[in-house]
Amino acid sequence: MDKDKNVDVSKIVREKDVKTRNENYNQYVKQVTPKHSGFKNVLAAYLVGGIICTLGQFFINYYIYLGADKEMAKAYNTITLVFLSVLLTSVGIYQKLAKFGGAGTLVPITGFANSVAAPAVEYKKEGQVFGIGVNIFTIAGPVILYGIFSSWILGLIYYILKQFGVV
Amino acid sequence: MPENNRNNKFKMIGKQSILFHNPPYIIGASSIAGKKEGEGPLGHLFDTVWEDPLLGQDTWEDAESEFMRQAAEKAIQKAGLSDNDIRYLLAGDLLAQLIASSFGVAELNIPFFGLFGACSTMGEALSIGSILIDGGFADKVLAVTSSHFAGAEKQFRFPLDYGNQRPYSASWTVTGSGAVVLSDQNSNSNGPSIRIKGITTGKIVDYGIKDTMNMGAAMAPAACDTIKTHLEDLNLKPDYYDKIITGDLGYVGSDILIDLLREYKIDVSSNHMDCGKEIFDPESQDTHAGGSGCACSAITFTGYVLKQLREGNWKRVLFLPTGSLHSKVSYNEGNTMPAIAHAVVVEAE
Repeated sequence: MDKDKNVDVSKIVREKDVKTRNENYNQYVKQVTPKHSGFKNVLAAYLVGGIICTLGQFFINYYIYLGADKEMAKAYNTITLVFLSVLLTSVGIYQKLAKFGGAGTLVPITGFANSVAAPAVEYKKEGQVFGIGVNIFTIAGPVILYGIFSSWILGLIYYILKQFGVV
Repeated sequence: MPENNRNNKFKMIGKQSILFHNPPYIIGASSIAGKKEGEGPLGHLFDTVWEDPLLGQDTWEDAESEFMRQAAEKAIQKAGLSDNDIRYLLAGDLLAQLIASSFGVAELNIPFFGLFGACSTMGEALSIGSILIDGGFADKVLAVTSSHFAGAEKQFRFPLDYGNQRPYSASWTVTGSGAVVLSDQNSNSNGPSIRIKGITTGKIVDYGIKDTMNMGAAMAPAACDTIKTHLEDLNLKPDYYDKIITGDLGYVGSDILIDLLREYKIDVSSNHMDCGKEIFDPESQDTHAGGSGCACSAITFTGYVLKQLREGNWKRVLFLPTGSLHSKVSYNEGNTMPAIAHAVVVEAE
């Protein structure tokens, strides 16, 4: 195993062509850099994401039990999850959960809420306008922009298909 | 160690090195550290450890300036001097436009050169400071650098409360500041005098790494290049040094450095040390690949390395912190991460 590694390294050091040398180096670095276990990460993400979504379903059921109709219950659930995410972000707990849960905390709406709350906390010191105002969507910006943009594209496709009687 | 020919008006050696005719003395040094650093393996060695990362200030940037001001004052005090004894102050940090340094040293009223070398700044400051003294342009120089975890995260990565996962190759920016007072004359204190015998100035080295979460890999080639050039310039073997000390290659970068040097038939596996590996305990402190930032090499050097030299445990070290010279903009624009390593020969006599 060491012998293989050494052959790779000599390909870097003795390589005269810079582009090839850099490619070889990048390959070598990939070999020697430890990575998180993909399997463990996926497991953790499913566990945490699943718990958050189950919690969401619990809230929906509860709001229906309190008398809301289905659509309103869903809206109330969204509000509740966003509130909880912002609360946990502001006291520094959400980050700890995310370290373990990864995509499980990122993908549900709680991830979006955290990505807006975090810069709001961070940039308070630069003022309301140029601090919070300018930076609050610094992480969520792409989600907002491309979410709306892809909705528009889909809307266009839907419209065209409708014209042709396909849908 | 080859002696420089004193009849030669030039003190250049080899391609990138200098041997001083009047090697400057290190007559004072300080290390001011944050909470996490204080809880690490070297915590008991720092002059001051602050629990509050804001140091009573309003912002991270002001806090870093305060770290730097304290480090500067402490080093001057330990050298038995006052602010107006210092001819030049050389300082740098990681923040845009070096605001931590400028605001930190402003009230000291010392002629000031701001430097940018990213995490290699302490090596750069000691190098230029030594040149000023050996060249007769200054009698006393103060070299100081700082970094702050929160400030660096804000500058380079994500807001502190943002929920993201850090890869194993990521490093943890050290919060703190280290300062060194250089002098043309020895101090009156007991113990061996510690002098900077020479320097090897690094070139920018870029092996095409684009991953800002793997800075060790980005910087290892620069450290390799500087070490190799240094040994060739001065006609030395690596075992001349008790320790060859890099700044923040971390666990991943250190292994890469040893591999790269081995290809050049240079073996540093027995005496290589990395400040990023020394300053934190990865198991209990969750610091992944190790510490980073200008202060990582600075406070490890002033708190730990100088102590070893003073106590006679080591006689000769090569101190070469490395820096990654990218910015958020260069990264977003698809550029690689060029790096540099500045080497300083420190010997006790």
